[in-house]
Amino acid sequence: MTTTVGADANVVIDVRGLNKFFGRNHVVNDLSLTVRRGEIFGFLGPNGSGKTTSIRMLCGLLTPDSGEGSCLGFNILREAAEIKRSVGYMTQRFSFWEDLTIRENLNFIARMYGMKNARASVDETLDNLGLTSRAKQLAGALSGGWKQRLALAACLLHDPQLLLLDEPTAGVDPKARRDFWEELHALAARGVTVLVSTHYMDEAERCHKLGYILNGRLLAQGTAGDVIASQALTTWSVTGTQLPALAQRLRSLAAVEQVAAFGTALHVTGSDRARLRTELAPLMAEPGLTWTEVEPGLEDVFIHLMRDAGEAPLGGPRP
Amino acid sequence: MRSWFSWSRWLGIVAKEFIQLSRDRLTFGMIIGIPVIQLTLFGYAINSDPKHLPTALVIAEHSEFSRSILASLANSDYFTLVGEAPDERAAARMLATGAVQFVVTIPPDFSRRLIRGERPALLVEADATDPSATGNAIAALNQLAQSALAHDLTGPLAPLAAQPGAFEVRIHPLYNPEAVTQYNIVPGLMGVILTMTMVMMTGLAITRERERGTMENLLATPATALEVMTGKIVPYVLIGLTQVTIILILARLLFGVPMVGSLALLYGAVLLFIAANLTLGLTFSSLARNQLQAMQMTFFFFLPSMLLSGFMFPFRGMPGWAQAIGEVLPLTHFLRIVRGILLKGNGMAEVMHEAWPLLLFMLVVMLLGLRTFRSTLD
Repeated sequence: MTTTVGADANVVIDVRGLNKFFGRNHVVNDLSLTVRRGEIFGFLGPNGSGKTTSIRMLCGLLTPDSGEGSCLGFNILREAAEIKRSVGYMTQRFSFWEDLTIRENLNFIARMYGMKNARASVDETLDNLGLTSRAKQLAGALSGGWKQRLALAACLLHDPQLLLLDEPTAGVDPKARRDFWEELHALAARGVTVLVSTHYMDEAERCHKLGYILNGRLLAQGTAGDVIASQALTTWSVTGTQLPALAQRLRSLAAVEQVAAFGTALHVTGSDRARLRTELAPLMAEPGLTWTEVEPGLEDVFIHLMRDAGEAPLGGPRP
Repeated sequence: MRSWFSWSRWLGIVAKEFIQLSRDRLTFGMIIGIPVIQLTLFGYAINSDPKHLPTALVIAEHSEFSRSILASLANSDYFTLVGEAPDERAAARMLATGAVQFVVTIPPDFSRRLIRGERPALLVEADATDPSATGNAIAALNQLAQSALAHDLTGPLAPLAAQPGAFEVRIHPLYNPEAVTQYNIVPGLMGVILTMTMVMMTGLAITRERERGTMENLLATPATALEVMTGKIVPYVLIGLTQVTIILILARLLFGVPMVGSLALLYGAVLLFIAANLTLGLTFSSLARNQLQAMQMTFFFFLPSMLLSGFMFPFRGMPGWAQAIGEVLPLTHFLRIVRGILLKGNGMAEVMHEAWPLLLFMLVVMLLGLRTFRSTLD
């Protein structure tokens, strides 16, 4: 474990033991995180698990109650102002001024960061977005996908080293989402570090590394492969007739943790490989069913983690 | 029939509305608080027939007659004798600062001329900026001229008691001699309008950013809390100054309100008053969770400001407790300053007298506001 950032200049986020309480609510519990330059780190977890609070602590909007660490080499407790200057933070909700025009929004952000070549940057950003002709439209008039693009462009205006994106693609159509991720990868290739929270499994798979947070605790982290392997789950896929009835029977088996329908197949997952095989054996002998063992997916792993931690909360505190 | 009005659907809507109302404690408080406050204020505090008005005396001649006149003044309920002024200048100053409402002067030679039947004049100067505050007291004075000396004018002096009375009461309604109500109301409106717009607009400006989530964005930029707060306030200072200018121009053109004192001093006082109200607006915005609550808080503050400041009803007509509340409100002091400068021609010295309570109010509210700010920004 690194104790100073100087030890490894490629570590962009390096925090240890972060805790945050809202009243009696322990929202973030001993969060330790290391993210390297040019990495896209996916932050996953159910609603209210502490993702937003963690991100807010990383960019200096919230002060942790305990813990220490650095972001871009600046101390997160004492150097929030420096962090803010080189971080781009995109809030979960569209948080630009709907009663300002697109250009006015960008101009304003440029001034907040004290940019010298503000005009040129704003023009260039508008051009890249393809919004030059609509620059005088109110931001509130944009559709969801465009708002998201504008928000990302505004976050990138001051050339941040680190992007913190809080569920940036919620409610955005698949095409816009794909474009968005293309852009994130292009940025990462240029050395920008990205920490992005999401609920989408396909997005999680696009990240270089993942962290899964639940009830304020980081339960697993690493590449998607690492995370999947760490839980050592076994998943069987079954196709055939009368799958709904089969699902009922499968759920009553002790070794079966999850039964999920995927199109015309059922995925049956358990953590005790041998016992699962034994309990499934009589069903495998039944005619009309085809069984194949498959790789467990990220979703299977996350649902397994949620079950392990007891029932997940429906909604945590939203400060 | 059932398709366009379903009772169960309708009841569902009613029930939902009640649930939401009960969630919003402040609204709930308003539902109870507004009628209670209105009733107490209108019922107990407001009195359009103010009595016990502070009255200073300038007595050039102590005699049996002057003692009788003063005794009947004191007995009349309308006047409370606060003491003797050393000279006329001191008395004039007491009127200017508003320390007294009346100055009663008993001239030299009063009794000699009275006995000779020359009908000497008892001089009464009234602070008539608010005609309704002095009207009844002045009427009572004329009555008094008839009855004050009834016990003294006996024997050989008895004929003096006949009409039109042994002495004359000469009333000088100062500052607003024609008793034009507008002269009092129009400068007062300046304070009322500023209170309303300044408190509400700052309250809304900041809760709006928070409600829409744009505050988070703003604070994620390098902008500091101080920059954000002061930067957001300045436009409203300008709005306030614009409003004052408009009111002053209209007051002059439409109502011919006199402007005796220094306009520069007036604008100085306006700035202080705006600052006090903006501070309050900021504090409200840090307490309110949404724009509706900020609005409600503004109204909660505005209502007593209107009623207890002396804007709508004479300040001295209110009972002690209501006057005590009134003394806390910035509008009360601002009204005295504005009326003082415009109608009385008051200068710095008299204005300072009312300016320090404004400053104190601002400081206290600012301290309260800062304490709540901390927690909301984090």
